[in-house]
Amino acid sequence: MDYVRSQVLVCGGTGCTSSGSEKIITALHEELEAVGLEKEVQVVRTGCFGLCALGPIMIVYPEGAFYSMVKPEDMKEIVDEHLLKGRVVTRLLYQETVNDDGTIKNLNHTNFYGKQHRVALRNCGVIDPENINEYFATGGYEALGRVVTTMTADEVIDIMLKSGLRGRGGAGFPTGMKWKFAKASENDVKYVCCNADEGDPGAFMDRSVLEGDPNVVLEAMAIAGYAIGAHQGYIYVRAEYPIAIHRLEIALKQARESGVIGKNIFGSGFDFDIELRLGSGAFVCGEETALMTSIEGHRGEPRPRPPFPAVKGLFAKPTILNNVETLANIPQIILKGADWFASMGTEKSKGTKVFALVGKITNTGLVEIPMGTTLREIVEDIGGGVPHGKHFKAAQTGGPSGGCIPASLIDTPIDYDNLIRIGAMMGSGGLIVMDEDTCMVDIAKFFLEFTVDESCGKCTPCRIGTRRLLEMLTKVTEGKATMEDLDKMEELCLQIKANSLCALGQTAPNPVLSTLRYFRDEYIAHVVDKTYPAGVCKKLLSYSIIADKCKGCTACARVCPVGAIAGAVKTAHVIDTAKCIKCGACMEKCKFGAIVKK
Amino acid sequence: MKSLAELAAAREKYKPTIAMRHDNANAAKIVVGMGTCGIAAGARPVYMKFVELVNEKQLSDVIVVMSGCAGKCPLEPIVEVALPGTEKVTYVRVTPEMAEKIVEGHIIGGKPVAEYAEATAK
Repeated sequence: MDYVRSQVLVCGGTGCTSSGSEKIITALHEELEAVGLEKEVQVVRTGCFGLCALGPIMIVYPEGAFYSMVKPEDMKEIVDEHLLKGRVVTRLLYQETVNDDGTIKNLNHTNFYGKQHRVALRNCGVIDPENINEYFATGGYEALGRVVTTMTADEVIDIMLKSGLRGRGGAGFPTGMKWKFAKASENDVKYVCCNADEGDPGAFMDRSVLEGDPNVVLEAMAIAGYAIGAHQGYIYVRAEYPIAIHRLEIALKQARESGVIGKNIFGSGFDFDIELRLGSGAFVCGEETALMTSIEGHRGEPRPRPPFPAVKGLFAKPTILNNVETLANIPQIILKGADWFASMGTEKSKGTKVFALVGKITNTGLVEIPMGTTLREIVEDIGGGVPHGKHFKAAQTGGPSGGCIPASLIDTPIDYDNLIRIGAMMGSGGLIVMDEDTCMVDIAKFFLEFTVDESCGKCTPCRIGTRRLLEMLTKVTEGKATMEDLDKMEELCLQIKANSLCALGQTAPNPVLSTLRYFRDEYIAHVVDKTYPAGVCKKLLSYSIIADKCKGCTACARVCPVGAIAGAVKTAHVIDTAKCIKCGACMEKCKFGAIVKK
Repeated sequence: MKSLAELAAAREKYKPTIAMRHDNANAAKIVVGMGTCGIAAGARPVYMKFVELVNEKQLSDVIVVMSGCAGKCPLEPIVEVALPGTEKVTYVRVTPEMAEKIVEGHIIGGKPVAEYAEATAK
């Protein structure tokens, strides 16, 4: 019999796939065949490892050699040297894992992985998501099996309540409570929905779970179904996530074939099936009532609550809606117990949270940390700090519904309540790091432009209010606003929050409010001094040439797309500010540092 | 899946497929020299024999890895065995038959096979 002596795990998440991991896998197969190792060395395509900035990533076991930023042409060297002759190719290793003496350090001893604690992501980057047998090998479907054969629905709900698990989609509502309400609603037909309509700019936590461990979501949905008395589930997933959809379809097919989803699960008489519904990428469809309206086949618009979905949800039946990451925690809670889960985190926020760490940060990627970890640990230790020697200015959490955490609050332990207190919010887990070059007014404008685009238009405060707010904000960035406008903006923000129909409108002003709170001086600089501390807001910028430094090389005049630069050869050039479109092309081209913007 | 027992059987069946994918720092290590000299002296069948034995006997926390040339080419195939927390033992001129005894005696039994060890072998 042939035994596999070595396994090469290649990341097949969206991040590494776009940096070319498919080509790596093809090249790896070719090289292995060329030296006749294709039977002893197995190539496994997994989900996300988390360190997306260094993709494509591959790990060779049993040594645990972590290769990063590999190219197809490196595969020959890795196969010939490492897999054939046992000599690890040190130059291609993730350098954090190489000790001074050239030996390999364990991944868990690196800064990036050391402080993480993986619960929801435990199988991401470990198993082949397209093979249900590997999920079985990690103890998969054991929780569902135990639930349907040995536990009552009330016992399941009791564990969920005791664990303290709160919804990971943003609002942080206790999951067990949601289930309890849905169970209490008398009805023959109930539904379990999974919210995989992850829409915050820069967020990819749910996508990574679906791509790396799709079965955990199916298992948790069936557990939820058993607890509330539902027999049908729907996963609402964005059509923009083709890899996640593909793997979900495979997982669903394999789960049905294995009989862990379908009729009479584990011989208990409990039936549960799941269908996928693809969303077309409207941000509002991540809101629970809009999501259900969309599943029903209507235009995705929210509706007033109450009645809450637990009473009257999908197709007017009692329904629970849980986020992907919330579900990914559930089988572990059943197996290891509520106390185990409640032992992690802070008093009111239990467990871990996955963050998509993006922006001005060295280790862009996916991290899972216990609740209560400080922002400083995330940014400086796990994230490797702000690159290019720049300073940390703020972090934005919660996407278009969230707010900014300024550098002065970097030691805040991250949990639901602390973030609300400082005017940000947990949100689904996007964490955008900003350095000194980021203009806070511009950031607020970016998120507001997003919500103006994504407002469904059903209610007036959101549809018109956000647009008026954006107009005022634009005035600020153009240097045309007055101090009165700032007060008016704040007033309007509060009105939109108080009167919008759904969470989209109720949270839309948050980016403006929180930047006004912590970075009011920047707004004032735009309004009173007509300056722009970070040099981002284009309307306020002007480019000029320092005559003493200009050599008259004409490079800037040639590159200017609008012909705004004039001057003869070997004499100082001049920019016509009326014609200038502030593209900055001249500044990039100038070799003498003679062009400045302010 | 009709019962928990059936699920448990599936879990045990597929466990070996993912067994090596974790932190192997505390595993017993069998290191086979696979430089050109090692391969020429017959290290590949020795290596595969170790892999086979570890799988057949379902030994957990034992990993079989390769290394390059140790500079003692006439003694190849060279195999180093290190149990967690103990000094490594170097075996020389190892054959697939010797591999069996090393696994039985040293890995499972915990006692180095002195007659094959570099220090005592002729």
